[in-house]
Amino acid sequence: MGLSVDIKLALKGFSLEVRHGFELGGITALFGASGAGKSLLLRVIAGLEESARGQVSFDGEPWQGKGPFVPTAKRNVGYVFQDSRLFAHLDVAGNLNFAAKRSGSRAFDTVVETLDLQPLLARRVAALSGGEKQRVAIGRTLLTEPRLLLMDEPLAALDHARKTRLLPYIARLPEAFGLPVIYVTHSVEEVTRLADRMVVLANGRVLAAGGVANTLARLDIAEASGKFEAGSVVRAVVTGQNRRFCLTEMTVAGQALSMPASAVDVGAELRLRIRARDVAIAVGRPEGLSIRNVLRGQILEIMQEADTAFAEVLLDIGGGQKLRARITRASVAELGLAVGNTVFALVKSVSFDRRALPKG
Amino acid sequence: MSWPDLAPLWLSVQLAAVTTVFLLIIGIPLAWWLATTRARIRPFIEAITALPLVLPPTVLGFYFLILFSPSSTLGGLWRDATGTTLTFSFSGLVLASALYSLPFMVQPLQSAFEAVGRAPMEAAATLRAGRLDAFFHVAMPMARRGILTGIVLSFAHTIGEFGVVLMVGGNIPGQTRVISIAIYEQVEVLDYAQAHALSAILLVFSFTVLLLVYTLNRRAPVRVG
Repeated sequence: MGLSVDIKLALKGFSLEVRHGFELGGITALFGASGAGKSLLLRVIAGLEESARGQVSFDGEPWQGKGPFVPTAKRNVGYVFQDSRLFAHLDVAGNLNFAAKRSGSRAFDTVVETLDLQPLLARRVAALSGGEKQRVAIGRTLLTEPRLLLMDEPLAALDHARKTRLLPYIARLPEAFGLPVIYVTHSVEEVTRLADRMVVLANGRVLAAGGVANTLARLDIAEASGKFEAGSVVRAVVTGQNRRFCLTEMTVAGQALSMPASAVDVGAELRLRIRARDVAIAVGRPEGLSIRNVLRGQILEIMQEADTAFAEVLLDIGGGQKLRARITRASVAELGLAVGNTVFALVKSVSFDRRALPKG
Repeated sequence: MSWPDLAPLWLSVQLAAVTTVFLLIIGIPLAWWLATTRARIRPFIEAITALPLVLPPTVLGFYFLILFSPSSTLGGLWRDATGTTLTFSFSGLVLASALYSLPFMVQPLQSAFEAVGRAPMEAAATLRAGRLDAFFHVAMPMARRGILTGIVLSFAHTIGEFGVVLMVGGNIPGQTRVISIAIYEQVEVLDYAQAHALSAILLVFSFTVLLLVYTLNRRAPVRVG
């Protein structure tokens, strides 16, 4: 099953230009910073942006472009809005029935059971919490018996506890209802918890797409999510290419470092970006570990982040270069880390700084 | 004091009821269009709709009189179609009252529809409701307070109408002699007792209707579905 999109939409100060074939099945995350055009693309797919030019077709059926524009009501897509958009003039059962009546769905009881809606049925919409509203909105959408479910940051308005409670419900949807889902989010956590595939959007264009693990590994998430993500940039010199294991070998401040092979010349100077959360710390040089990149350094500073589980440790790895590690405060205490200690930084992944990503 | 002739009151109620129904029929589509369109002529139409708020009833009545006269296009067409004249008739009064009370229907409806906004309509479309379906089952119920306000204001405004009726309707018993005209005439002929009685009836009637509506509106935040 596939959704093919080739559209252009110009709004004031923003243009969306997407040409992409969505392979559907399971949950596909549509990922990007706010303002990247994720929601707008979802609206185009649903037929809510009639001024979008180009083609959209689902499962070989043209929705626009080839042939007449199919209005939202006839596309048979489910849409869960960020703000739930329940009808305030109806109670919960009324909202669910609004959808069921129009689709002729007989899945009412199944949906109510899957989403635990029974205790809410007689409640007024105004009396629901944010999480309950989204559950009802998801249920209402399922009762339209959609062929494709579009979810626009359904958890964005919820606090962490409610998010955590709602995630399993969402994860269950594709299998329980045999329904492909496109899920808009700017949260890496939601992507990794829910999605099988992801499409990364930046400035109204597709930046990358593919399986979640591959795409995340290839992507500078900090840039795509528009969030500041603590890290360090270090200078490295390429010392050789290891053809057997497909690695590029480098030195950083006189210490060896390697990364998956890249087309760079021996002797070249590189700037590498190492995210703080990709760095772990050991008090002795570790053995029997799959992580190959181990840099020795001296602790310059330990910043405890109050009210969180985390602390940031700043290391001097020699040659005036610094490395940041984000570890738990519990680890700081357990390992007895203190300024001046010599420790070993385990680097899980390395990326080029500000290097344009290949599309794919 | 003799019991006053209640025919003018009854006629006023009839006029107000017919006018309100007529206004609902033309006001709802007009207000929806004004609330949702991005057309450039919108302010133009809004200004025309609001004109009756500003113009003296005599000015409106004067134009209606000219427009309704059998020698004008509209009046002529009406006479050819029905064999009666628009001037000095109940039908003419309904038409004139409807235009005169137009803003009292359209403005509350328009704000109510604007308050509903696009979001619920989009949600309805994603739930497979076509445009008309969504309008009747989402927009209208959500705008019910505005609709109720429009009905009450139009009805009350038509009951209290005087100048326009005087200009286009005259004072024909059972046809155009509404309560305000009757009271005016009784005062002219110094029949204060009758004027008192009719005025008091109108006052009590109007107050009761408004009280009823506002009470109902508060007590039953009407639920549909």
